[in-house]
Amino acid sequence: MGARFGLVGYLVGRLCAAVGVVAAASVLIFGAMALLPGDVVDVILSKNAAGGSASPEARAALRAELGLDRPLVERYAEWIGGVLSGDLGRSLFSGRPVAEIIGARLTNTAILAAAAAVLLVALAVGFGAWAGARAGRASDRAITTASVTLGSLPEFVIATLLIQLFAFTWPLLPPVSIVAPGQRPLRTPEVLVLPVLTLVAVMAPQTIRMVRAQMAEVMTSPYVQAARLHGIGEWRIVTHHALRNALAPATPLLAGSIAWLLGGVVVVETVFNYPGISRDLVHGIATRDLPYIQSVTLLFAAFTVAVYLLADLGVLVAVPQLRPIGRRHR
Amino acid sequence: MTPRAIPGLLTAAVIVVALAGPWLAPHAPTDVIGPPFSPPGPGRVLGTDYLGSDVLSRLLHGGYTVVGLSAAATAIAYLAGGALGLAAGLAGRVDGVIMRPIDVLLAIPPFLVLAVLAAATGRGTVVVVAASALANVPGISRVVRAAALEVSVRGYVEAAYARGESRFQIAIRDVIPNIAAALFAELGARISGTIALVASANFLGLGLQPPTADWALMVAENRTGLAVQPWAVLAPVLLIALLTIAVNLGGDQVTARLRHPRSATKADAQPGSTH
Repeated sequence: MGARFGLVGYLVGRLCAAVGVVAAASVLIFGAMALLPGDVVDVILSKNAAGGSASPEARAALRAELGLDRPLVERYAEWIGGVLSGDLGRSLFSGRPVAEIIGARLTNTAILAAAAAVLLVALAVGFGAWAGARAGRASDRAITTASVTLGSLPEFVIATLLIQLFAFTWPLLPPVSIVAPGQRPLRTPEVLVLPVLTLVAVMAPQTIRMVRAQMAEVMTSPYVQAARLHGIGEWRIVTHHALRNALAPATPLLAGSIAWLLGGVVVVETVFNYPGISRDLVHGIATRDLPYIQSVTLLFAAFTVAVYLLADLGVLVAVPQLRPIGRRHR
Repeated sequence: MTPRAIPGLLTAAVIVVALAGPWLAPHAPTDVIGPPFSPPGPGRVLGTDYLGSDVLSRLLHGGYTVVGLSAAATAIAYLAGGALGLAAGLAGRVDGVIMRPIDVLLAIPPFLVLAVLAAATGRGTVVVVAASALANVPGISRVVRAAALEVSVRGYVEAAYARGESRFQIAIRDVIPNIAAALFAELGARISGTIALVASANFLGLGLQPPTADWALMVAENRTGLAVQPWAVLAPVLLIALLTIAVNLGGDQVTARLRHPRSATKADAQPGSTH
């Protein structure tokens, strides 16, 4: 009974913490937008009046029109209230609802990110467990060195090298991801190969090393030695005894890597002209479309926190021993 | 020359090229010397770029910003992260005040930080450096805090408190020398990660703007000509690749040496031995 309370209490606590982090992120995002130097009014006036300097009256009028003369707390409450009721605001320039701008291309980005994430987890668990079980041997060292080398490279560098190799030197794959309007990239899967490969190449080394480190540690633990003394085969020890316990601490780290895929996705979509959200996003940042960027970054922050939360729950499902019996109060 | 020296030497070589390059370049970075995207030929070793400027000259001019901005971002990250971590670890009262926002920051991908900063204040190098530094601050401050907490209960620190030394003096004289290994853990990965972030931001056009010569910007400008004149893209790509890999491997060696000062040879053997 105490254990049950501990589990429910832990879940409630984690959920509250996640909501708290998203709320804190929303304050940070709003605060940065509102308080950092650089005025939205200037941005709009420079777009409209062809760079001419506007009179103080015009500035004040625009300020009042945008509601920027109201107190910060009121504006924050209005923004959050809108987001919670599904209204993400309107783009400063096109005037279109932010939800519409994102919605049009989010599916394509989600397909790219999901394909990369699935492959990433498979590679991390596979190679990580393999290298960790053979910690210290030549093959382990080879994987470590290769991952340091590959993992240092920025996405656009790997993407460019892959394009040069597989689109020009050996013309096997398209150098840009052309998807017909209204079509999904899944209908022409060849446009996904190089973008996914780039993301995986950048992220896999780091994730493999995370799993490897945990696996190497688990393989030195007493119960693994006991299993060896019982004559259980090495491979069976890895898959049946060590893997779950190694994955438990590695999973939150993996979740972090998946959340960090985001920045990579933006670069990769740009390199391959992939029809995802990145073009709007980069354009929005460059033109300082504050309402758009404000809502998009909050959405992604919430997504990131959700991934971490799911990873924690996944660990609880996979490794019953780790379910709190009142000892994990953090 | 031992294989272990290779990453350090390569790093030094790229940095020398980056810093001395502007004096060695045969042309100014914005001089037009031929038709756009001409292939390599006499007088233009690496051909020309999308505007007809000399790729070699732009390459020699364009490393300065890569190295400079990354170095600035790394230095700021270590100063800020180290100071915050020390304060949180040594002064229990401010621990929560410092670490809770840092935990939130840790959960936010660096690209989002860059997006928010660039949208709020306008794109530019200051924003890129700030966002790249912020990406490393949470990691550094958490490691430093943990190490400082551990050191703070050791006898020599308690003795220093008993002598009446100020917390600041203790932090500088007694704590920092003993947490150097933690402070510079993952040094290579952090610096090369910072280079990658700075370069990616410039590649996306959120930092430096044309006609500035910068390796990442060169890749963005010339990638439409990859099929015609690959060197305008591949040359800067290969230099960025070389720099990040060499820095990562070299940084790991520094970390290993800090962690095992006496058995540096043995500790280094792992990453370096396969060369």
